[in-house]
Amino acid sequence: MTTEKDGPQSLFEKLWRRHLVTEEETERPAVLYIDLHLIHEVTSPQAFDVLASKKIHVRRPDLTFATLDHSTPTLPADDKGVLRYATPAAAAQVEKLISNCRDHDIPLLGLDDPRRGIVHVIGPELGLTQPGKTIVCGDSHTSTHGAFGALAFGIGTTEVGHVLASQCVLQRQPKTMRVTFKGDLSLGVGAKDMALAMIADIGADGGQGYAIEFAGPAVENLSMEGRMTLCNMSIEAGARFGMVSPDEKTFEYLRGREYAPAGIAWDEAVADWRTLPSDPGALFDKEVRIDASAVRPMITYGVSPDAAAPVDGRAPRPQSDVEKHAADYMQFEAEQPFSKASVNRVFIGSCTNSRLSDLREAACVMLDRKVKEGVTVLVVPGSETIRVAAEAEKLDQVFLNAGAQWRNSGCSMCIAMNGDQGEPGELVVSTSNRNFVGRQGKGVRTVLASPATAAASAIEGRIADPRPYLAMTGR
Amino acid sequence: MSLKPFQNLTSRVIVLPEDNIDTDQIIPARFLTTTERSGLGKAAFYDWRYDDAGRSRNQSPLNLAGQGGHAILVAGSNFGCGSSREHAPWALLDLGVKAVISSDIADIFKSNALKNGLLPVEVDGKTHRRLLNAPGEEVAIDLETQTVRFGGEWQAVFKVDSFARYCLLNGVDPLGYLMQQLPAIKKFEEGRL
Repeated sequence: MTTEKDGPQSLFEKLWRRHLVTEEETERPAVLYIDLHLIHEVTSPQAFDVLASKKIHVRRPDLTFATLDHSTPTLPADDKGVLRYATPAAAAQVEKLISNCRDHDIPLLGLDDPRRGIVHVIGPELGLTQPGKTIVCGDSHTSTHGAFGALAFGIGTTEVGHVLASQCVLQRQPKTMRVTFKGDLSLGVGAKDMALAMIADIGADGGQGYAIEFAGPAVENLSMEGRMTLCNMSIEAGARFGMVSPDEKTFEYLRGREYAPAGIAWDEAVADWRTLPSDPGALFDKEVRIDASAVRPMITYGVSPDAAAPVDGRAPRPQSDVEKHAADYMQFEAEQPFSKASVNRVFIGSCTNSRLSDLREAACVMLDRKVKEGVTVLVVPGSETIRVAAEAEKLDQVFLNAGAQWRNSGCSMCIAMNGDQGEPGELVVSTSNRNFVGRQGKGVRTVLASPATAAASAIEGRIADPRPYLAMTGR
Repeated sequence: MSLKPFQNLTSRVIVLPEDNIDTDQIIPARFLTTTERSGLGKAAFYDWRYDDAGRSRNQSPLNLAGQGGHAILVAGSNFGCGSSREHAPWALLDLGVKAVISSDIADIFKSNALKNGLLPVEVDGKTHRRLLNAPGEEVAIDLETQTVRFGGEWQAVFKVDSFARYCLLNGVDPLGYLMQQLPAIKKFEEGRL
């Protein structure tokens, strides 16, 4: 620990201490209490099996919450009302979570629930995610919830079992890093661009062993959605934790949501939440400063998220075998402008960028325009709530009129395990979080970008700078 | 499920020099619809080991895994980054890999590996570079002394979290330890009401 016990504390330190059942010692990790355990169909079945084999019950089903998102189809049911799963195994996995939740009295957003959606979208949307909470999920993008001033991190399936059984995890205290974005973002630049700029700066393993707090005026000025996008991408820099100190914007977002406190409890909660932000003078193990005003719309050109550069730039000349290998796979010619690269497919969705503001941003670019012939565009809202809200604003009509597909909610092409995927060799501009080899389908070349950049690329059929489109609308 | 004890391992190494080998490489997402943890060895590094027609790629060093004592994987830095899928260590273990050596192993993968008896070994840069250039080298890993030895004289130390090390050496399941904490957990909950 870097600070004295009673000195100024960071948000992280406050949350860590609040949840210590037993302190960390040299010989043993801390026992950390978990306030909210989110589960989904992919990383939970084996954990339930361990509990069953040991005859252990789920200790706090009331602090556990389940949704279906990874393996679920985004196409509507067929004429006979049958859902079009990619494989029988995918359907069986969904059934398994349904039966596990039923057996253990765990609340589940089932297939027909109008609130169902991606786990990191529904948590905040329902007000389950709150400042001060410890939140875990068998999913590395759990850091998303840190946008609310929560201590949220991804765990493995064995740990999912630990939390189901004990409501705790065994965890060593990570180091802390503050990433401060100074200055204001310029037009057409958003949270996704900030995240990619940061990862390019510190590297795909630059945050390893750290809990990151994002701070500075450009972070404070982000919407809650933008903060979620930023925290979501922490893991792409290797950090399990990403967080933002809560403020009035955080409280306003949560007010009146289904699981948020109400009445006197709300006032008490807000009073408590106001004590959480990092104290002035709090020390961090590492400080990173980024000039937000210098950040431009970003894309990735390699097979690791740190291979990111401004969209109006040129592909760099590979400097190592690793970079050469990545350049060969991505087929970007050195020193050629990115805008020369033809795009086959565009994916707008995922826990990174599928919220209403993301869809509005993409729609703003696509309004009264047509997707370039030959480009397939999938727009997948992060939750059914968002789908309905977007349809109420007729955003679906903007996308459909442009020639894009409008789907039901889910993880879809981000992880490409539900049948939504690219074809070998295709270049996909994607608002998701990972450009790994084969992530969006075998042989697929993924370019990560913001919703605006993805939409502009869909229109032009090549990697495109969104700023001219947004300048026209004054966004 | 108790943990299989891990004390030491002497084996030849398979070398994958690439940096940033993510868990999507270790096990592609299309294999994650399983509800089991066993039998995932076939899916391990599937797209590295098999071509589009499902034929084995003869040149993949991974074909040696589990055979002739090739149970140690030496990989480039930031091994296991990306998704938290525990299917990654399950698949590697099923393939016959019992330890991974790198300069830098991603946090969640490391945590998952330790809970399944797959030893993550982080060595210094010099040792790492030597091993990256030594495919087939016989390497001895001793968890008790936290040392790696190979090539006659070369010896390097590594650090494993002391609790995880205790659990691995003795085959102790951390869940058992956690369940012993239940009275303290209950007290903690009562204190917050």
